[in-house]
Amino acid sequence: MGDYYEPWTYEYEHLLTAPAGEHTPVARPTSLLTGKDTKITWSANWDDSLAGGNELAAADPILAKVSGAVKLEYEKAFMFFLPRICEHCLNPSCAASCPSGAIYKRAEDGIVLVDQDRCRGWRMCVTGCPYKKIYFNHRTGKAEKCTFCFPRVEIGLPTVCSETCVGRLRYIGLLLYDADAVAQAAATRSETDLYAAQRSVFLDPHDPRVVAAARRTGIPEDWIEGAQRSPVWDLIMRYEVALPLHPEYRTMPMVWYIPPLSPVVDALRDTGHDGEDMGNLFGAVDALRIPVEYLAELFSAGDPAPVTAVLQRLAAMRAYQRRVNLGEERDESIAEAVGMTGQQMDAMYRLLAIAKYDERYVIPAAHAEIAHGLEELATECSLDYEGGPGMGGSGPFGEVSGRPVPLAVENFQVLAERQRSDNLPDPTTRGRVNLLNWDGRGRPEGLFPERKDKS
Amino acid sequence: MNILLWAILPYATVLTFVLGTVWRYRYDKFGWTTRSSQLYESAVLRWGSPMFHFGVLLVLLGHIGGLAVPKSWTQAAGISEHAYHLTAVFLGTVAGVFTVVGLGILIARRRLVGPVFTATTRNDKAMYVVLAGTLLLGLFATVRANALGDGYDYRETVSPWLRSVFYLQPKTELMTGVPIGFKLHVLAALALFAFWPFTRLVHAFSAPVGYLTRPYVVYRSRDTRPGARRTGRGWDGPPTASNRGRR
Repeated sequence: MGDYYEPWTYEYEHLLTAPAGEHTPVARPTSLLTGKDTKITWSANWDDSLAGGNELAAADPILAKVSGAVKLEYEKAFMFFLPRICEHCLNPSCAASCPSGAIYKRAEDGIVLVDQDRCRGWRMCVTGCPYKKIYFNHRTGKAEKCTFCFPRVEIGLPTVCSETCVGRLRYIGLLLYDADAVAQAAATRSETDLYAAQRSVFLDPHDPRVVAAARRTGIPEDWIEGAQRSPVWDLIMRYEVALPLHPEYRTMPMVWYIPPLSPVVDALRDTGHDGEDMGNLFGAVDALRIPVEYLAELFSAGDPAPVTAVLQRLAAMRAYQRRVNLGEERDESIAEAVGMTGQQMDAMYRLLAIAKYDERYVIPAAHAEIAHGLEELATECSLDYEGGPGMGGSGPFGEVSGRPVPLAVENFQVLAERQRSDNLPDPTTRGRVNLLNWDGRGRPEGLFPERKDKS
Repeated sequence: MNILLWAILPYATVLTFVLGTVWRYRYDKFGWTTRSSQLYESAVLRWGSPMFHFGVLLVLLGHIGGLAVPKSWTQAAGISEHAYHLTAVFLGTVAGVFTVVGLGILIARRRLVGPVFTATTRNDKAMYVVLAGTLLLGLFATVRANALGDGYDYRETVSPWLRSVFYLQPKTELMTGVPIGFKLHVLAALALFAFWPFTRLVHAFSAPVGYLTRPYVVYRSRDTRPGARRTGRGWDGPPTASNRGRR
C-alpha cells in the first residue's frame, strides 16, 4: 500500500462544526481507508506535479544515468514540466497483463479502454503500465484509466485536456498504421532503434497504395482525408520534431512530445548571447550536453541524435522566422542546414505557433452509418423505435414523451450543423415543429396553424 | 421433515445457486470481483491466502472423491474400506488443518487490520459466518466420529443420498440415521451454496483461463451493446456490414 498510495480526504465538516475560537479551523487530511488522520506524502501522480521534488529529484533514474558530477549543474540548467497521460500504446502492456481480458484497444480508433464489466480487480495493469497511468478505484475495486474522452472523440471533438490546454500545445490527429507490424517493431533488439521502428509502422496517408488499401478495408473517406490533414503525422513524420516518451518500454506509446528548446535559449540569453542566432543555438545544443542527454533518456532511449536533430530544427525555425519577422531577406541556407525548405519552415512554424482549432485537432467523427436514421434528418420519426411512443406515428403522450434520444455520434454533429447553418431547417416532423430544437430563425412551416382566410 | 430437509432444501439450493449465479452474471457484472484487500495489507495475506485457497481446493477434491465416487467403484479397484478411510482421514486432516488455519489467519487479519476491516461489508461478514461454520462443522463431525469410534462411513449414507439428489430421485431415508454432526455440516453446506452467488465467492468462477489462449492485446470494436446505441427491430436480423446502422 505504501508503494501505491493511501487515498485521502479532508475533514471538511470540521470547518463548519468547529466551535468559535481564536484560530481559524483547518480541515485536516484523513485517510479514506482507515478513517484516521494521515499525512499526505505520496500519491499515484505525486511526481507528475513536481511534488516532493527535493527527495524525488535525487532518485530520478534518468539522472542516475547522467553522471553524478553534472547533477548539480542539471538542477541549474533547466526545468520543464512533462505532463503525462495514458499513451494509448500500440502495444499496450496494461492490456497484455490483464488476466480477465478487460482492457482492450478499440479497433476503430486505437483508444485503450477498461471494460468495467469485465474487470475483476486483479490490479495487474496497475503494475503492468510503465507510465503508471492505470488507477485503482478503492470503492469499486476496479481499474480505471484515461478514456481519451472517447465520447467526445467519437463526435469529432478533441479531448478535454487538449481543448483546455492554455498553452495550446496538444495536437490530435489520425495516424494510419500497420497493426500487423507492431509486434515485430516492438521486438526490435536495440533500444535506440525503437524510435525508428515505431515510425516505420506508420503508413503514409499520401501514398496512393496506402489510400487504396485503406479504402479496401472499409476506412471511410473522411477518415482518410483526416489522416492526410493530420497535424500529428506532420509533427512526427514530416517535420520529425515529435518524439515518443520512453520508447525503450516497447509499448509503442502514441502520445508524442516535442522536446523543449527553451533551456537552450534560456542558457544563451542568460550568458549574454543572441538566443535566436542559429549558429549560437546550434553550438549551444551541442555544448549543453546535459539537457540533451536528459531529454534523450526520456524520448529516445538515451540516443542523443534524434533529440539533437529536433532541437536543431526548432532552433533553425526560430532563426529563420526571426529574419522573416524583422523583414529581412529569407535565408534559405538556414532551412537547408536542417534538411528542410523555406516553405516547410513556414508550414511548421504555422502549425506550431498559430494553428487554429481545426488545424490542431483533426478528428473525423465516428461512423455509425445510419444516415437515414439520423434523428435530425427525419426520414423516419425519431421516436419510432421499438416500444417508443413514435411507433407508427405520435404516441398518446405527445412528441417529447418516452425515452430521450441520447446525445450521441448519430445526432451531435447534425444538431450542431443545424444550429450554425444559414438555412431554415426542414420541419422535423410533418406539420409540427419541435420547439426544443427551433433556433428562433424564420417561421418554420407548421409553427402556427394555417390561416383559413388566406386560402 | 425428512422430505423438507433432504429433498426440498437441496433442490432449492441448487436452483438458487444456478439461477443466482446466472442472474448475478447478467445484472451485476460490474460487482463481479473479489474486492481484493491485498493493496491494504499483503504480509499476512501472503501466508493466509494460499493456505486457505489450496487447502480448500484439496478439501473440494476430497469431497468429490468421497461423495461422487460410489463405494463399489473404489472396492472394485481393490481399495479396502480401511485403506480408503486411512487415506481420507490423513489427506482430510492435512487439507482441513491448512484450510482452517488459513481461514483463521484471514479472518483475524480482516478484523484486526484497520483498512481491511473498513473495506468489509455486512455481506462479507455473513459470508464468513456461513463459510467458517460449514468448515468447522465438517471438521467437528469428522473428528468426533473418529475420536469416538473408528470413524463413520458416510459412503453408505450421505454419498448415495447426494447422488440420488442429482439423479432426481432423492432417497431421503438414507439420511435418517446419519449422526447429527454430519447432518449439520450438510445443512450448512447447503446454506453456503445458496448464499454463494450473492457474495464475493463468485470469484471462484473467474479463473483467467482465457488468458492462456488469447492474444496479448485484445482488440475490440466500438460498443454495440443495446442501450449504448439505438437498437434495431427484431426482424432486421443480426447485424451485418450493410444493416449495422439500423441496429
